[in-house]
Amino acid sequence: MTSTMTTGNSTIDLGATGGWRSIKSRLMIGLLGTAFVIVMIPLVLVLATVIMRGGKVMSWSFLTSDIAASERRTSGGIGPAIVGTLLTTGIATAIAAPLGVLGAIYLAEYAGTSLLGRVVRFMSSVMTGVPSIVMGLFVYLLFTLRFKQNAFGGALALACLMLPIIIRSTEEMLRLVPTTLREASYGLGTSKARTIISIVLPAALPGVVSGVLLAVARAAGETAPLLFTIGAAKGLNLQPFSGANTALSAQIFGNASSPVEAAQARGWGAALTLVALAFSFTIFARLVSARFSSQR
Amino acid sequence: MAHPVLDLTGRRNRGEAAFGGLARFAGILVLIVLSLIALVMTTRAWPALTSGNFFTTKRWSVPDEVFGSLAFVFGTIVSATVAICLAVPISIGIALFVTQVSPGWLKKPIVYSVDLLATVPSVVFGFWGISVLAPKIMGFYESVHDLTSGIPGLRSLFGQPNGRSMFTAGIILAIMITPIVSSLSREVISTCPQGDREGALALGATRWEMIRAVVIPHSSGGLVGAVMLGLGRAMGETIAATLVIGSSAQITANLFGAGNSMPAVIASEWGEALGQHRSALTALAVTLFALTIIVNVLATSIVSRSRRRAQGTI
Repeated sequence: MTSTMTTGNSTIDLGATGGWRSIKSRLMIGLLGTAFVIVMIPLVLVLATVIMRGGKVMSWSFLTSDIAASERRTSGGIGPAIVGTLLTTGIATAIAAPLGVLGAIYLAEYAGTSLLGRVVRFMSSVMTGVPSIVMGLFVYLLFTLRFKQNAFGGALALACLMLPIIIRSTEEMLRLVPTTLREASYGLGTSKARTIISIVLPAALPGVVSGVLLAVARAAGETAPLLFTIGAAKGLNLQPFSGANTALSAQIFGNASSPVEAAQARGWGAALTLVALAFSFTIFARLVSARFSSQR
Repeated sequence: MAHPVLDLTGRRNRGEAAFGGLARFAGILVLIVLSLIALVMTTRAWPALTSGNFFTTKRWSVPDEVFGSLAFVFGTIVSATVAICLAVPISIGIALFVTQVSPGWLKKPIVYSVDLLATVPSVVFGFWGISVLAPKIMGFYESVHDLTSGIPGLRSLFGQPNGRSMFTAGIILAIMITPIVSSLSREVISTCPQGDREGALALGATRWEMIRAVVIPHSSGGLVGAVMLGLGRAMGETIAATLVIGSSAQITANLFGAGNSMPAVIASEWGEALGQHRSALTALAVTLFALTIIVNVLATSIVSRSRRRAQGTI
């Protein structure tokens, strides 16, 4: 007796010798598990390198002092770069978060299945895939040519990058809010805008915040949008609109291709700081969303 | 979903309309930004795009003002293809493992640690690539080069090795796109109906046979979309590629040879560029933008189609 199972184009002979089939199954499943192990190798290697080499230069004075005046110096730190990263990412978030959340409100609450809604939803998905260097070049041509290199230009480029990410994640979170909640609010005579502001948004808030934080973590690590827009300052600059600034990612990029050992060491120190920063944003986002799901 | 409200007061509320309008504007902003990018960059790139040889020559010479993009288009495609070949089997393997094989308690740790890869900034991967991977991998490249030196075809693919090469860039890009490809694949695969899978197991199929006969045919469409989105990311990744690709404008079959990609050229030359050179670099950005938009439009429609099919709306 022969029995076969057919799905699509593939036919499996269920009558084949059982021993070989179960061995083959275990082999293939072992291979699937190996895929995970393989991908963990670079992660562990990269993190180990960053921690070991970055740890060597890490100190309070490294984190706070100015960028070395010349790359041959053994002194110097990354203080201005940390401030620059926080400043540009902060401004970018202040621009992209409200606009992104509003855009998501449009998609989830107003657009419905209208043509405009579908086009906006589709194009914001597409926009998440636009290379970050293109955003940097775009802001350079539109803003930096006129207003010179400063922190705000870098923030604009990062905001272009964050906007679609925030729209996508926020829309998903708004859709998780039960329709009954909205209907209950309407039933009490509340208007649509009021319902969204005081019922829907608060209900989705932890998820929205977590999505924004993930976008912040992504933006904080970006180099390409800042390359042409932010300049290269050596000292602290808290002015967003005047004077060049710098960022951790730009410092790593600059030091990475340097043949000088001291510069490389500073690059690893900056890398450790940046990875720690990005990880803490991500972990914070996870904690926020974990609280969200335990509430439901 | 629209939520109709009966206006019981009969008065039109201005705040109401303003809020709706504001939200609508924020949505349209995405379209505005995308069109502005296309418009501003194409205007600046026009002199180079119409110079006649931008798409026809591989020669890129600043002093002679000859700017051909072919070598960089080639480098972009080759490094992205290497990345896809390395990342796709691994990403889909992880996705299948998480959704079909692993016990429940192991799922979250696996997903979180793969996502952790996406959190590491690309410049850190580039830095690691240039100072650890590129010197260490030479030994491996040399042995592959020696092994294949007698085989025609393979001999030219694995030619004279170079630590900073298109292949090294491919490896780094593969590491960087694995999280996104595997999370999209996971989403696609998890829509496979439980009933079909249990049916296959009930017929006596082993777990692998169930995966091959039910899960893979069901999700193959969505998986293609996931892979294409990964391809788009790999083509546009700038900083890591700039550091490890070797910066050499050549078209060679040698995967172990140095090359250059469009984003990498822009990143490394923009600072000193003027006039026609700047226009040519902008033209590279326009080409890259157009290429990634095309890939992403195709991929997004494939993925959302398979998502809708899973929800049963088409």
